[in-house]
Amino acid sequence: MLGKTAGGLFWMFRYLERSDNLARLIDAGVNIAAGTTSDPADVWRSVLISAGVSDDRISHESPTVHQVIEELLCDPDNPSSVRAMIAQARNAGRMVRTALSRETWESVNRCWITLDDLLDHRLNERDIQNALVEIRRQSALVHGSMHGTMLRDDDFAFCRLGTCIERADYTARILDVKYYVLLPTAFHVGSPLDNVQWETILRSVSAHQSYLWLHQGEISAAGIAEFLILDDRMPRSIAFSVKKMASNLRYLEQIYEQRHRSHDLIDSMMDELAETKIDDVINNGLHEFIQMLGGRNAELAQQIEADYRFYH
Amino acid sequence: MSPATEFFNEMFGNGDSPRSPYRDYCQWFEGEDGRRLQAKASEAESIFRTTGITFNVYGDDDAAERLIPFDLVPRIISGREWSRLVKGIEQRVLAINAFLEDIYNHREILKAGRLPQHLIAENSAFVGQMLGFRPPGGVYTHIVGVDIVRTGPDEFHVLEDNARTPSGVSYMLENRETMLHMFPELFGQVQVERVRDYPRSLRMSLEACAPDACTDRPNVAVLTPGLMNSAYFEHSFLADQMGAELVESSDLQVVDGRVAMRTTQGYRPIDVLYRRIDDDFVDPLSFRPDSLLGVPGLIDVYRAGGITLANAPGTGIADDKAVYSYMPEIIEFYSGGPPLLDNVETWRCAEPAHLSHVLANIEDMVVKEVHGSGGYGMLVGPAASSEEIADFVDKLKANPDNYIAQPTLALSTVPILTEKGLAPRHVDLRPFVLVSPNRVHITPGGLTRVALTEGSLVVNSSQGGGTKDTWVLADEY
Repeated sequence: MLGKTAGGLFWMFRYLERSDNLARLIDAGVNIAAGTTSDPADVWRSVLISAGVSDDRISHESPTVHQVIEELLCDPDNPSSVRAMIAQARNAGRMVRTALSRETWESVNRCWITLDDLLDHRLNERDIQNALVEIRRQSALVHGSMHGTMLRDDDFAFCRLGTCIERADYTARILDVKYYVLLPTAFHVGSPLDNVQWETILRSVSAHQSYLWLHQGEISAAGIAEFLILDDRMPRSIAFSVKKMASNLRYLEQIYEQRHRSHDLIDSMMDELAETKIDDVINNGLHEFIQMLGGRNAELAQQIEADYRFYH
Repeated sequence: MSPATEFFNEMFGNGDSPRSPYRDYCQWFEGEDGRRLQAKASEAESIFRTTGITFNVYGDDDAAERLIPFDLVPRIISGREWSRLVKGIEQRVLAINAFLEDIYNHREILKAGRLPQHLIAENSAFVGQMLGFRPPGGVYTHIVGVDIVRTGPDEFHVLEDNARTPSGVSYMLENRETMLHMFPELFGQVQVERVRDYPRSLRMSLEACAPDACTDRPNVAVLTPGLMNSAYFEHSFLADQMGAELVESSDLQVVDGRVAMRTTQGYRPIDVLYRRIDDDFVDPLSFRPDSLLGVPGLIDVYRAGGITLANAPGTGIADDKAVYSYMPEIIEFYSGGPPLLDNVETWRCAEPAHLSHVLANIEDMVVKEVHGSGGYGMLVGPAASSEEIADFVDKLKANPDNYIAQPTLALSTVPILTEKGLAPRHVDLRPFVLVSPNRVHITPGGLTRVALTEGSLVVNSSQGGGTKDTWVLADEY
């Protein structure tokens, strides 16, 4: 398979995952803003920060749902809006058309056709929920046709690597942006966490329900951090993503009979996560730990691009 | 403009009842609800969008992707009509290959005085690097599109040969897939020849021309200029359907005397390259040095037997419009018999007597550039304004060698579905021909282009043309 094709598949699924995560984050914002007495501007500021919008671009007065809709959903010229990312995913798909099953290609193309049209109009607040549902639905359709129709070969492995790199990155980022919420409470075990904040975190990775189920409704900083970092049953946790990257890289190592530096990197990430205890993480600094993980993840992504000749 | 009754209507002839190839279809059509068909027309559009069969228009800044309009009334050709076309096309395509081999080697046809020397010597499509070189299997034109027009029940003419990189075959295939999807029951009532095997035949045909350096199953790749090319969909479609890699020049490099593609495991040699890039751009060392689309050193590898290029460089001398006017002589010279399919009468403006005839009758003629294509740079006399004609007269006088002229043809019509029901529109036909060392394969079908504007004779998609599914009937052979 061409290096360029591997790169196209990897990036197609990165963009898709990134837009999907962003939709979840906005959805968390909508839910919380609707169900809380706190100032909606705080909620939207927190959403914009989590989405990586730089400080100077956030209106200082009070960011509104309209800014979020415009900036993060509809603006085709903002490369990190859902609309722009879907266009990039589809463009990458067009480039690697021959490596996708027909159903997968058609689903990503339909995803773009549908969302580009949906996000073309200035959405108002009442339509936002429907738009967010549609974004996640379209993304699920692409994943569904990929899982249902694509050969489990190197093509598939690069799709999965793109998805998992992006997912680990997002989960690390959401934790990092919120570490200050979790951190102080580590010294006050038992004191209630700010409702709004922990809900944002859990809902934005669609882990709200499963967390409550596993912890019988008990909310704690260590519990949430452990769940999102170390619990490999949770499909958006860092441990889960790293485990999947490891298995896909191992598969490539087998079929190509080539071991690269990216294999060493993923192995040491796996080893470190296996030995990590959440209490140590919190005592030694959650922020530092997350920063370290995010850096490792970025290094791995670059190494994969080099090892598998995505570019010249 | 002449009244519509002068044109041969392929569905109804010149009467009220359908001609025999259309009888079963018309019977089905009678039983259909008009509103359902209109709904199907928009369903077809959405199928094309989802499949991604779109193209970019050159010079169109807004970069929006367009669809070539699809009309859901098929163009139907009887088995008997088709077998006649097949014989004529085979003869023509074999003559084109023999002509190319001759021109780049012994030049018998020039020695025999059947073709003027300057036609080759001064031809910009001539490729000196091909001199004295015989491509693998002796095949020059692996893929040819022969444009055919019909003017009566038994009158077919070849309007143009496309021997460089003919496009449009993805429409032949996708139009059929769309029809099968929308009207499965119809194909139970009418026996239509399959076109679906084309990509497999193409792959087999290309593999049969593998170069000497190939020792295993040939590795086939399709070379595209990239995403922005108007035919990108077709390039990716064909690569996909053939199970071949779709490559751009940035994926390729000459490694150890072979043209190789950069894979996830290092460089891997390509045996047969179906290139959808013009001669001028394939190798900056041999042709245009500014080309970013090609592979430096490709032609050296080619000449050393390290790769097969389809089509071979330099095939353009067989399909420019000045050479076209000599096709009857060319066919006769190599096949030993008269052409089975007629040319359209063609006036060469380079010859003073022809030029004065053209200038005197320009209102009734179609004037084309010798190297033009896609409906650009041509004049359709009967449809042109007096300013446009005056403009063209100046061009002709200034540079007569650059033009040929043909009488305005009474192109046949096939009905399209309009909001008011069926209405006749002019059509042409491009069957796709595959040439391998031992055989010529013509897929029963082709691309029917249709001028959607009433009375228009220009079918090019760049000029508002659409397409139809083309049926060759399985009976009546």
